[in-house]
Amino acid sequence: MAEEKVLSARFLKKDSHRLQGYVKDGGYEGWKKALSLTPEQVIERVKAASLRGRGGAGFPAGMKWSFVPKTVNKPKYLCVNADEGEPGTFKDRYIMELDPHALIEGAAIACFAIGAAVAYIYVRGEFKKSIARLEQAIAEAREAGFLGMNILGSGVSVEMWVHPGAGAYICGEETALIESNEGHRGMPRIKPPFPAVVGLFGGPTVVNNVETLSYVPHILNRGAEWFNAMGPEKNGGTKLFGVSGHVKRPGLYELPMGTRLSSILYDTCGGIRKDRKLKAVIPGGSSTPVLTADEIDVAMDFDSLAKIGSMLGSGGIIVLDETTCVVRAAARLAHFYAHESCGQCTPCREGVAWVSRVLERIEGGKGREEDLPLLLSICDNIQGHTICPLGDACAMPIRAFVQKFRAEFEAHVREACCTMGPYVTGWGR
Amino acid sequence: MSTQTKRREQGEDAVRLRPETEQRVMELLKRYPVAEAALIPVLHLVQDELDWLPVAALDRVAELLSLPRVRVYGVVSFYSMFRREKAGRFRLEICTNLSCSLMGATHLSEHLCQKLGLRPGQTTADGLFTVEEVECLGACGCAPVMLVNGEFHENLDPAKLDELLDALRAEAKEGAHHG
Repeated sequence: MAEEKVLSARFLKKDSHRLQGYVKDGGYEGWKKALSLTPEQVIERVKAASLRGRGGAGFPAGMKWSFVPKTVNKPKYLCVNADEGEPGTFKDRYIMELDPHALIEGAAIACFAIGAAVAYIYVRGEFKKSIARLEQAIAEAREAGFLGMNILGSGVSVEMWVHPGAGAYICGEETALIESNEGHRGMPRIKPPFPAVVGLFGGPTVVNNVETLSYVPHILNRGAEWFNAMGPEKNGGTKLFGVSGHVKRPGLYELPMGTRLSSILYDTCGGIRKDRKLKAVIPGGSSTPVLTADEIDVAMDFDSLAKIGSMLGSGGIIVLDETTCVVRAAARLAHFYAHESCGQCTPCREGVAWVSRVLERIEGGKGREEDLPLLLSICDNIQGHTICPLGDACAMPIRAFVQKFRAEFEAHVREACCTMGPYVTGWGR
Repeated sequence: MSTQTKRREQGEDAVRLRPETEQRVMELLKRYPVAEAALIPVLHLVQDELDWLPVAALDRVAELLSLPRVRVYGVVSFYSMFRREKAGRFRLEICTNLSCSLMGATHLSEHLCQKLGLRPGQTTADGLFTVEEVECLGACGCAPVMLVNGEFHENLDPAKLDELLDALRAEAKEGAHHG
């Protein structure tokens, strides 16, 4: 399928990150259009487009905006979630480095829609270049009158600031992000109250992902119908897919929602490197349940993946060829979640670390027969028993690994070693 | 070790920040309705100036933001980018998460450590290099990936890594000449 470019259309242009080129390409027209409408009309237009949250949850963006109470007398806020850290995900960084004005315009429109006068773009601290480019772009937009007080004579004021993170995956969770934005340790809050009611500094707050917001100017300019026509029902638009691992051409690709996974792997990415056999695919970032090679004839959209027990997540596709040890892969991911658990909830803090230790010992040849049921039981005791979804994000993929590749786990225990080769070379080169 | 040297080593001596840094802190405070919200950006600023966060620097930040010191210590200990120990001149942070490992990152890390004669988390005796294995850096399509003092180096292999180390050593020598 041909690559449909909306968000990435300007990525390869010279100085794509500067205001001048952005405006020449029709930039900030969506913002002007929004200012000529009422906030309710803007929300209706975004609602009509089936724009679902690209951070991973797939929640309809327009609906999220409509949850912000109209009659509250507290300042409202927009937080842009640019804390991109889900293993396998690398899309928002491209937008921020190569087309930062698209995000700023989308965020400004969102502020207008929900009645927020201030937006914070929470960027993961490691993304120095993204931070520098956003700060430059915000200064340009302010200078040109697209941000600041009384924007374009409309009486509307929107201020925007970059807020750097400092290295904590958990801050991608919306309430942890809010805590961190307030200058605290990134520990998720109990919901309800939801951020739309009590969020940043106690005010109603919307948290939207970078990719989600970057579609918004296009939706205002070209309409919901255009947007929805690009994907299956309830899954409008294109999607940025980041493909990593064992394909011939890894990278970031913008494709219509609902593109077949098999087509992404074999057409877009040129197939599996060295023409080896495919073993497994993680379809949407490390938290999404793994698919076997027999499951790749699936449409890459929120509902189709949910139907087969996985998730579109962030669209970060990780490809494992036949030389990969899935036990090692699962152990590596569990190690990540154990490292990133904030420690607030016992099932996550203890359970995820336990899962990690059990997987390490299976991979290291010290697995016990009872370890596989034990893993599944720990996963059951984590999932749904914590404040935020970090525990689930470990339990779901680990369960899928054990269930779908059980024979390989059993062989590791039986043979008392990694059956895919010695410990450190088990990665398949 | 004299008490004075020890205090300096442990970063307990009072810290005087550059006037520009303190000026930037005041500007950052204007972005938020409450001062404590500026804590993480302020800590970044201070770390950028000092290269790490000695305890005296944390105390100065607490003072600047009118926060109890424990609030600052608590935040610093939560986030992995804040360094409570001095690192080498070049910090090599190599990602070993799944996508990078699938492309050989664990081998690359071993190669690096062997060449420098250390284990992840350690610094070379000459104080030039610190190696850390880190979690996903969000550049998986260009794996394996390593940060050098925060700058991304992508699509690495052992040969490129060797070249990079040579270039960094040359840079250090050059600096020594001029410095």
